[in-house]
Amino acid sequence: MYAYFDNSATTAPCPEAVEAMHRALTVCWGNPSSLHGIGNAAQALLEDSRAAVANAIGCEPTELLFTSGGTEGNNLAVLGAAYQLRRMGRRIVSTEIEHASVEEALQQLEAEGFEVIRLHPDRSGHISERALYNAVDRQTVLVTMMLVNNEIGSILPVAAAKRAVLSARAPALIHCDAVQAFGKLPVRPARLGVDLMTVSAHKIHGPKGVGALYLRKGARIHPRSFGGEQERKLRPGTEPMPAIAGFAAAARALPEPNTALTQVTALRDYFCDRLSAIDGAVVNSPADGLPYIVNFSIPGVKSEPMLNYLSANGICVSGGSACSKGKKSRVLTRLELPQALIDSAVRVSFSRSTTLQEIDLLLQGIAAAKAAIRSR
Amino acid sequence: MKEVLLIKNGELALKGMNRRTFEEMLIKNMRRRLESLGGFTFTTAQSTIMAEPLRADCDLEEAAERLKKVFGIAGFSRAAAVEKKMSVILRAAEEYLAPELLAARTFKVEAKRSDKQFPLRSPEICAEVGGYLLRKYPHLTVDVHNPDLTVTVEVRDAYAFIHGKQIKGAGGMPTASAGRAALLISGGIDSPVAGYMLAKRGLELVAVHFASPPYTSERAEQKVCSLLKQVAKYSGRIALYIVPFTEIQEQIKDHCPEEIFTVIMRRMMMRIAQTLAVRERCGALITGESVGQVASQTLPALACTDAVCSIPVFRPLIGMDKDEVVAISRRIETFEISILPYEDCCTVFTPRHPRTRPTLDYVARCEQALEIDALAQRALENVRFMQIRAY
Repeated sequence: MYAYFDNSATTAPCPEAVEAMHRALTVCWGNPSSLHGIGNAAQALLEDSRAAVANAIGCEPTELLFTSGGTEGNNLAVLGAAYQLRRMGRRIVSTEIEHASVEEALQQLEAEGFEVIRLHPDRSGHISERALYNAVDRQTVLVTMMLVNNEIGSILPVAAAKRAVLSARAPALIHCDAVQAFGKLPVRPARLGVDLMTVSAHKIHGPKGVGALYLRKGARIHPRSFGGEQERKLRPGTEPMPAIAGFAAAARALPEPNTALTQVTALRDYFCDRLSAIDGAVVNSPADGLPYIVNFSIPGVKSEPMLNYLSANGICVSGGSACSKGKKSRVLTRLELPQALIDSAVRVSFSRSTTLQEIDLLLQGIAAAKAAIRSR
Repeated sequence: MKEVLLIKNGELALKGMNRRTFEEMLIKNMRRRLESLGGFTFTTAQSTIMAEPLRADCDLEEAAERLKKVFGIAGFSRAAAVEKKMSVILRAAEEYLAPELLAARTFKVEAKRSDKQFPLRSPEICAEVGGYLLRKYPHLTVDVHNPDLTVTVEVRDAYAFIHGKQIKGAGGMPTASAGRAALLISGGIDSPVAGYMLAKRGLELVAVHFASPPYTSERAEQKVCSLLKQVAKYSGRIALYIVPFTEIQEQIKDHCPEEIFTVIMRRMMMRIAQTLAVRERCGALITGESVGQVASQTLPALACTDAVCSIPVFRPLIGMDKDEVVAISRRIETFEISILPYEDCCTVFTPRHPRTRPTLDYVARCEQALEIDALAQRALENVRFMQIRAY
């Protein structure tokens, strides 16, 4: 038995996704590019899947490319947009708390002569709209900002980017990393005013190894890989149909965002309420953040023993983001939290199937861990 | 054509009456290391060991990779083993060494004839093979001083062997020929290197790791296993003892002054490691300490640690800089594993201001707050054992 509170790292695949993947591996296993019956069936499954994911995002199927996941989507969007517009200007506007797959792509562009402005967050991970307006100028070719931060759950002012770009008369494309937001908040790209948006399947109870990049009709980016006509030549290579079919099934199984949001908000409030009864506990996540993610610290009780203790009791949580395996969190450092809070930061992330009983178990575990672990 | 491995043992050739014992140990080590590739027969003659695969489809590429890491070998070659007839030898040299001969511009031939019944003498073999190869590979010229390729023909008891370049071996002494020692391993960069260095001098390794859940994780233990698996490619299999250390660390934390925490912890580790070492018939302890690297590795601190040991403590890295240690760890491919960021027992409860010049007197006084024997006893009762194999 275990209680899983690491849904921002990955989620358990839903039965619909597993079933669809099984079918794509056993019945409909063709290559969508083949011009025969089995290939045609795979092609039909591919387009059907595209429609399902597009529907969940709120865009046209023709605006969606399948990728291998969030990292590839972010890389393709950031590098592809910058190269596409490199003659129009050199400035890129982003934030200090992006995921590594955006941040390290930006570092690559900096090395190639782009100027990257990274907006500084406040202590709860908010980015000011005013700073965004000030940063975007006539030479800006890309604005890239995540919708929800993966470590503390703050919601960033993505919708303001469009207005900033328009008022500065910048040629910029706007990219949004919506990996943590997709399936939890409405992400309709036209409404947010973005040209590019990254989503990933395994954060919405789909399989790992697949994601999608939204590319607004009419927007163009440079490819990053070469060798085939698939996905409008932007993501060549035979489509991983089992993963794509699983992604589509998981997208179809998504509940209406607002229903789940209300339910998870209640869970979050219950959790934070009781957590505050534990001596010294501090919630690092903002109150107006995405309720699926709660980052907290108990100063003196370091993250790693806390994780290990909970893990030994069948409770899965994470310190910072799972991608960095226990390294000091870059995001929390940027938020300028006191060192004692950073050292003891723990992230719990809920899913739509998290129960109150599980949260009680988690709270008991945290209290027991605090009693068992000697601070230093 | 039959292909074999010809192994030249290094320092062993210098040993006297007990040379045979050393050779047998080396053969035993090689046999174990190559076992999973399908088995070999080993025969010895004049400081050369021939390893002949039992199966025709044996992966000699992999066998050569493994032999490169076996201590006690100065160098070895992959060789064609053929019938002792000049016509066969010529053809074999032409075919077996074709890739090397095509790539070379200059070459020479060396011959050794230990079978004195063979009709041609060494210089005659050289001349004949050389002449033949020149006719078959007209782009080649002979250069006896600085050739691109040396073709060696060895006429021995059962076969004539033909081989090109010799591959450098790992050197050192056969593992276990110098006895056994217990390595204290935390998961950092230093201890695997220390183990490797003494395995090279012929010590068989037993490893002792201290685990402090929940302060240290399962991943930290897996990391130690991965490190030892890599070291075992050189040292042969390693017996690993995992000692539960949480209670001891918490007791030290609760009852002793913070500034002296690490030294007292090191002393507890040494006491426990020594008990295990004696039980495992080890003659020494091995640590990765280096003078002055951290507070517990100053001269006074090392003296306090040593005071609880009655068997020798080997510290092969004692005079080395970190970069020198890192260079070795990269070479033996433990570095990338060592830098995984999991907390290990040595970093739990690190004091903010450790004392760099502890006196034995002071340390012993601080330790009186602990039930040393009972604590060590409980830890030893709950030790877990694992056998680590490289392949």
